[in-house]
Amino acid sequence: MLTAENLKKAYGSLQAVDGVSFRVGPGEVFGLLGPNGAGKTTTIGMLAGLVAPDSGEVRIAGHHISGDTSPQKRRLGVVPQELALFDELSAAANLTLFGALYGLSGAAEAKEQDRVLTLVGLADRAKDKVSNFSGGMKRRLNLAAALMHDPQVILLDEPTVGVDPQSRNAIFDNLETLKAAGKTLLYTTHYMEEAERLCDHIAIMDHGKVIATDTVAGLLRQAPVSSFVLIDLVANDFANLVEAAALPGVVSATLSGRQLRLGVQSMGDLPELLRWLLSHGGEFEHVQTERPTLETVFLHLTGRSLRDA
Amino acid sequence: MTAFLALVRKDLQIFFGDTRAVIMAFAAPILIGSFFGYVFGGNQNKKESTRLEVLFVDQEQGLVTKQLLASMQQDANLEVTPSALEPAREAVHKGKAPVAIIIPVGFGDQAARALFGSGAKPEITVLFDPSHQVEASMVRGILAGQMMVAMSSKPGGFSLPFMTKDEALTARVGVAYNSYAHSFGGMAIQFMLFMGIDVGIGLLLLRQRGLWRRFRAAPLSKIVLLGSRAASAMLVGMMILAVVFTFARVVFGVKIEGSLPGFIGVCGAFSLMTAAYGLLIAALAKTPEAARGLAILATLLMVMMSGAWVPSFMFPSWMQSFTKLVPARWAMDGLDAMTWRGLGIEEALLPIAVLLGSTVVFGAIAVWRFRWEAD
Repeated sequence: MLTAENLKKAYGSLQAVDGVSFRVGPGEVFGLLGPNGAGKTTTIGMLAGLVAPDSGEVRIAGHHISGDTSPQKRRLGVVPQELALFDELSAAANLTLFGALYGLSGAAEAKEQDRVLTLVGLADRAKDKVSNFSGGMKRRLNLAAALMHDPQVILLDEPTVGVDPQSRNAIFDNLETLKAAGKTLLYTTHYMEEAERLCDHIAIMDHGKVIATDTVAGLLRQAPVSSFVLIDLVANDFANLVEAAALPGVVSATLSGRQLRLGVQSMGDLPELLRWLLSHGGEFEHVQTERPTLETVFLHLTGRSLRDA
Repeated sequence: MTAFLALVRKDLQIFFGDTRAVIMAFAAPILIGSFFGYVFGGNQNKKESTRLEVLFVDQEQGLVTKQLLASMQQDANLEVTPSALEPAREAVHKGKAPVAIIIPVGFGDQAARALFGSGAKPEITVLFDPSHQVEASMVRGILAGQMMVAMSSKPGGFSLPFMTKDEALTARVGVAYNSYAHSFGGMAIQFMLFMGIDVGIGLLLLRQRGLWRRFRAAPLSKIVLLGSRAASAMLVGMMILAVVFTFARVVFGVKIEGSLPGFIGVCGAFSLMTAAYGLLIAALAKTPEAARGLAILATLLMVMMSGAWVPSFMFPSWMQSFTKLVPARWAMDGLDAMTWRGLGIEEALLPIAVLLGSTVVFGAIAVWRFRWEAD
């Protein structure tokens, strides 16, 4: 449904996007995961026809977007990162306007307005001014505005920035409903938890390039460890960290206060590791395990943390 | 067309929902126009013109000087009050009176001898406030004329060998000059241009608020996007002119003494030019913050040179020519022509043409320089 091939865009000497390619099918959620400045928003801009690529091409259902009034734009709904709403107007007036941009008016517009307001749970606030909405409600209306013309492909640029957990969950529910309805969703975020929860496929971006792309499970397999073992030590004078890191099957070892964190290749090595610890001054009182995340993968691929990048 | 109308409606909803913008656009020109209209003479059909206050210090108290005082008190342009020397000097010095005339002792006899060429001329001292030089010159002229009248009352005296008949060339005979017509036109022009700044800044804010991404993602042409903004600005501009001139008509008796179609044409052309001016601001500035200061300065200069504050005939001659490069000057001249000057539609054609030409130039530059890409 949505294809990007070798997209490139430079601003002066800055190569914002450098050869990005991917395909997203109907009913699929594709995530662009990367730190701020990775090129996600510029990529969305090129997909939506807002930014002209220096090279490469975008196809929607096999068709190019060509020109300001391209009919292919009707297949696209864009949810900008900003709260792109008129605060001075009511929710209904905003939706009427954004529907009209796609030619909707009269009964058809009213029907679509009811549909999207119900979807995002704002049907009872239609007549209220947007300036009176909470941040979470504005985010939901921001999504609704992009759905008025019932697009097949929805481009979401960090749609949950700055919202409370309740509104975030509500937005996730909305997106899962859209996915179930067969819509194609492209979702950018720098929150790995969101990407893991929502996305079928993910492209990890850094410095304008896709550095890895796969399903969530496939990406997690690229992590250098199968698990992390978090061990709460009794004392905070453990002196054998270097030796622990060099044990067979241990990929990484860090000590934070009294908590020792070991990255291991196999959970089968855990009993042996714990025995070694007890015999080397590492008496412990609690052990828990944690699976690696996309953050681990990003750190492994770039040497930097997603949040610090 | 659905999108175009929706965008225009949105602009109007936002404008009329903003109390500050509405007050600035409608109430401010009425208030300031009323003030300037009153200061510059008001409606001369309804009231007497302001008389210039003159203090008359008669140190001689003779027949001629008393006759001179009586003559000057008859002058419709003067409010002449007898005074002693020191109070007169103090009043002028403190700005309480613009002019004082001091007639010396022996004036009558000396003046009579001097008139026939056989004696030294007596000296009348004219004290004046330096900020009222024009009024002082006017008093000197009136004084000369009234002196001849006073001297002619003596046996064998003279009188001026001519009389003058004043005729103010307004719309037609019997219609007095109404300075509210000019001041309301001027203030409407000023606040419409301010509204143009808001149009430009509003477009820049669309970009800042991410709305431009939404608009550009929709299948809309550039003509719809910018044209709708220009159309809504033009509508608001026409409303401002309609409200301001309706108020001026009802309260101050300002009439369209000339061609009504010409008046509507000038208003429409200036409204269009204002809209294009707003688009130009949006095209040339990168941020709303950058636009605001420069646009306000440019607008105030344009208003100043248009003659909206003080009529352009008071400018030096070179400036009168130079200001013809300013489109707002043509709007002001066109409105003056169609209101108190009472001229025909042919006098509106050139202002309309210049304003429409400016619209095309501003609009073309705006479309050329506008950053269409979303950030």
